[in-house]
Amino acid sequence: MNKLDSKFGEFGGTYVPELLIPALDQLEQAFLDAKDDPAFQKEFMDLLKDYAGRPTAMTLSRNLVSNPLVKLYLKREDLLHGGAHKTNQVLGQALLCKRMGKTEVIAETGAGQHGVATALACALLGLKARIYMGAKDVERQSPNVFRMRLMGAQVIPVNSGSGTLKDAVNEAMRDWSASYETSHYLLGTAAGPHPFPTIVREYHRMIGEETRAQIMEREGRLPDAVVACVGGGSNAIGMFADFIDEPSVRLIGVEPAGKGVHTKEHGATIVTGSKGILHGAYTYIMQDKDGQIEESYSVSAGLDYPAVGPQHAFLHETGRAEYYAVTDTEALNAFKLLCKKEGIIPALEPSHALAHALNMADDAEEEMIIVVNLSGRGDKDLEHVIKILGDDL
Amino acid sequence: MQSPKDTGRYKTMFANLSAKKQGAFVPFVMLGDPDFETSLDILRTLVKNGADALELGIPYSDPIADGPTIQKASIRALGSGIRPHDCFAILKQLRAEYADIPIGLLLYSNLVLAKGVDTFYKSAFEAGVDSILIADVPLREAQRFIDAAINNSIQQILIAPPNASDETLSLIGEKSSGYTYLLGRSGVTGAESAVEIPAAELVAKLEKYKVAPPLIGFGISTPQQVSSAIQAGAAGAISGSATVNIIAKNLANSKDMHQQLGEFVATMKAATHL
Repeated sequence: MNKLDSKFGEFGGTYVPELLIPALDQLEQAFLDAKDDPAFQKEFMDLLKDYAGRPTAMTLSRNLVSNPLVKLYLKREDLLHGGAHKTNQVLGQALLCKRMGKTEVIAETGAGQHGVATALACALLGLKARIYMGAKDVERQSPNVFRMRLMGAQVIPVNSGSGTLKDAVNEAMRDWSASYETSHYLLGTAAGPHPFPTIVREYHRMIGEETRAQIMEREGRLPDAVVACVGGGSNAIGMFADFIDEPSVRLIGVEPAGKGVHTKEHGATIVTGSKGILHGAYTYIMQDKDGQIEESYSVSAGLDYPAVGPQHAFLHETGRAEYYAVTDTEALNAFKLLCKKEGIIPALEPSHALAHALNMADDAEEEMIIVVNLSGRGDKDLEHVIKILGDDL
Repeated sequence: MQSPKDTGRYKTMFANLSAKKQGAFVPFVMLGDPDFETSLDILRTLVKNGADALELGIPYSDPIADGPTIQKASIRALGSGIRPHDCFAILKQLRAEYADIPIGLLLYSNLVLAKGVDTFYKSAFEAGVDSILIADVPLREAQRFIDAAINNSIQQILIAPPNASDETLSLIGEKSSGYTYLLGRSGVTGAESAVEIPAAELVAKLEKYKVAPPLIGFGISTPQQVSSAIQAGAAGAISGSATVNIIAKNLANSKDMHQQLGEFVATMKAATHL
């Protein structure tokens, strides 16, 4: 049986073929052992500090907010090695992989950010990486495919299904069910079967812990709200984890509304509220009335996923966290604003969180401190944004 | 309550086969592949040529336990507009024509949840289904499905993987009914890599823990494999991808499809004679 609780209320669980249960149990045990092993913790902390560049800065925006009652801070995960928060937990899981005596890593990637993070960690730690990527995404994200290959990873295009992220996850799980004796599946977000949602949260929780220390030093009090974008939900759970027991801090997750939550083209699973099982967990998913999984859509590939991490489902259900959806257009406007006003080019994913935070700032009628998790930088999105915005700057 | 292990069409089938010194041959196909009418004809061909039981899929968008052959069967059926209610219509017709053959469903959990667990099991029973196996529900998540199965006179099939611990096998012994799906190897479905015939040690353990009769599946595509599996102590063999491959290769010619399916089933069945 599981040693840790595999569920968050009714959400989560281990809905995978029986064959994978021993591999998940082995991973849970390795995670628990590593937690109590000072040598493991030291190596992880050293890598985060000296290789990845932690702690990341927290920047008070100078020009973005016109409401004098509001202070808007940006937690700068965009400055982390690899260009996004993803490097944190990838380093942790890669160390777990070595600890289990496994030599190969399987990963899925959508836009390629998790693939790049996996490739760099595997290059550093001498692991062999196989990265599954939807065939459509391989075409759309050729610079990231090249980055992964430069660092020695094998990129495997997935043609099955819709040829996007969910199909890459399917293929990675299929691979793992044949190769678990030598391979670790390095899942890229706080979703999937237990113990992944818990491991990914714990290996990202320094985002919130650093934020707490930084805001206490600068403001002498906790923020009124922390805001993060939610696709699978890894950067958001990393920001939320340390504040869950602080009721004065609002936890706000922002999902991609794409072309609108009333169209079929969005990825706002919590906001639209349909429960089911995908990729090993019971959570909110996008599905038709028969339970067939529907494709999600977002301008930002990192949020384009038809499920969400089960702890977010639980935080929503209990009312501890609030979830909203922001459209492509709103996110692009926030993206442009941050470039122009602060000289920071953000990824399109956290541009969703920023868009919501800016609305909160406009509406604020009393003093408010908001922290937005700026989970990644925008280099990877430039080609895409040029196509959309053209000369419209 | 009578143990579900000891009732129903599977029990009768195993008793009859055992009297004849035969194992079971169970082909798997996807319901609605490639379309409603052809699928129904395919099922008739399988039964007429000696299938002892049928294992049938409901097409699903994200089949994580399936290799390319069965994934494509799902895509073909979904492409023909086949939805779960069409599958139940096919099953009802099949049951009307063949009263005695055991019929099992092999599918994914979200299709069950979308309809409501109890409602799904009730509909399955009303359509003449004997057993349900959910590919992405391991033992530790199975209780609510087992409860629904018992409430609706369905037998919940459990999977015994080659890497199963004694703890797992003992639980399967406690909870299994109908038959036990013995995985012939790790990985996903497909004829590309062959079944590994279970070691005598595993078969002995299955007996020790009194699991429902083991049918071996994953990587079964030849009569030799069927006969070695049965000699090793399996109660029968399930062949999915090899069966579905015949459908996939003959989509343009239904006469050839039925002829080849018929020959395949007859040959595989012949290999079950001890």
